[in-house]
Amino acid sequence: MLDATPSSSLPARPGVGYKPQHYAAIMDQPAALGWLEIHAENYMGGGGRPIAQLRHLAERFPISVHGVGLSIGGEGDLDKDHLARLKHLIGWLNPASFSEHLAWSTHDSHFFNDLLPLPYTAKTLKRVAAHIDRVQEVLGRQMLLENPSSYLAFTESEMSETDFLREIAQRTGCGLLLDVNNVFVSATNLKTSPQDYIDNFPLEAVGEIHLGGHDEDEDETGAPLLIDSHGREVVDPVWSLLDYTLQRSGPKPLLIEWDTDVPDWQILYAEIEKADQALSVVVQ
Amino acid sequence: MTVTQTAFRHAMLDPAATVPHGIINPDGAPATKRFDVYRNNVAVSLSDALEAAFPVMSKLLGDEFFRAMAGVYLRTHPPKSPLMMFYGEAMPQFIGRFQPTKKFRYLPDIARMELAMRQAYHAEDATPVAPEALGAIAADALMSVRLGIAPAVQTVMSDFPIHAIYRANVEADAPKPVMQPQSVVITRAGFDPQYHLINAAGAACVETLKKGQSLGQALAAGDDTLDLGAVLGLLLAQGAVTAIY
Repeated sequence: MLDATPSSSLPARPGVGYKPQHYAAIMDQPAALGWLEIHAENYMGGGGRPIAQLRHLAERFPISVHGVGLSIGGEGDLDKDHLARLKHLIGWLNPASFSEHLAWSTHDSHFFNDLLPLPYTAKTLKRVAAHIDRVQEVLGRQMLLENPSSYLAFTESEMSETDFLREIAQRTGCGLLLDVNNVFVSATNLKTSPQDYIDNFPLEAVGEIHLGGHDEDEDETGAPLLIDSHGREVVDPVWSLLDYTLQRSGPKPLLIEWDTDVPDWQILYAEIEKADQALSVVVQ
Repeated sequence: MTVTQTAFRHAMLDPAATVPHGIINPDGAPATKRFDVYRNNVAVSLSDALEAAFPVMSKLLGDEFFRAMAGVYLRTHPPKSPLMMFYGEAMPQFIGRFQPTKKFRYLPDIARMELAMRQAYHAEDATPVAPEALGAIAADALMSVRLGIAPAVQTVMSDFPIHAIYRANVEADAPKPVMQPQSVVITRAGFDPQYHLINAAGAACVETLKKGQSLGQALAAGDDTLDLGAVLGLLLAQGAVTAIY
């Protein structure tokens, strides 16, 4: 287990998921923007424009590296080649933070490019903890683990997600990334209370908070089915849930995620300013 | 009831399969539409990755057909790595065997060219020598000289007019392709890959140089259609030569 001191050095300010079409606007250093997050896998090529842009951005902004391909919740061993690529990226970039998901995406050497769910049992707890131990050992730093969006439940689950995450953080010394949109999506889909989730979440371990937009659908019974799409504005109930969280956690680094139907910078920046406003009213 | 990831994966990739027992909605009932979220996410995200990787093929086949074909490809060839930037590496073989497209015999080479353009885009950076650097070598020593070739440099040889077909789909007012064998060499002077028409002997010559063999050997790799001076002039002008030794 790693020393529990959080190694995330992101500022408690708004950040944004970096999209290359916003490069020029971001290099103008808009006032409310405190840091940037990149998806690790997009910067694992040999060179060219993506790496060159990242080097320039890293001279101006703290960078958070967010992985989507490690498959920490996978039944199999971690992909050694992928872990080596990650170590290389973290090595030269020396980012302010590294985070990944409580999910699986690879099975039998095939990668599915989605964050797939796992049941919360003693067995999966042991496996996820072992994978996080391995990641932190190879990278030589603490990582943050993000709560997923849930659409369904497993009959075999033995504990709540918040208990599972608390236990993982205690066993491995990892920090947590709290996605409040995911909390809202999961609570709606599983008919639970998002405020209860926040009340039960180990907020002291949180190194970063995510915010994003979701799509609305219904299941075959007519019950609401929210889908974590990162393709639109953050909805009002999620902003309220953020306020509820920040009142309990104090200021944290806040990220706006907008990954599909990426809008013009002005629209995205309006979201960043809203995040800045939410932080400004929190008593330090 | 344990839901293994093997069972999850199987049901996720097969829309007709039953959702694994042990997956429920919050009321304890089966959760087919909820499971469909994952089926849809995987199919859409991998199809999007293929569409981004093969814009010319998508244009040639039409978006609707390409998406349907991508749906078959992603189930028979799911990614082997989380690097989506290189997904689709088996597309040339797939499209050559796929019944509805196998009659378009030029398509596998177009797919190869699109893969090569992406490889070039993400290739390691390299510092080129000055374009006039080769001029300083004495004429009698020239044939034993070896060149460092930038990692971005790729060639694609074809029996079909791939340069003209590709160009007609990315450039306005490009000439209509005429049936003839064409090869291309791809270079990257800055960050954007450029494709250049070259004959088969020229492409073979570039491949010989990439292997670290001498100019004399590169000359021997071609036939009497090889214009070595023109090939070297192109490589030097495009910043594709990184060392002379």
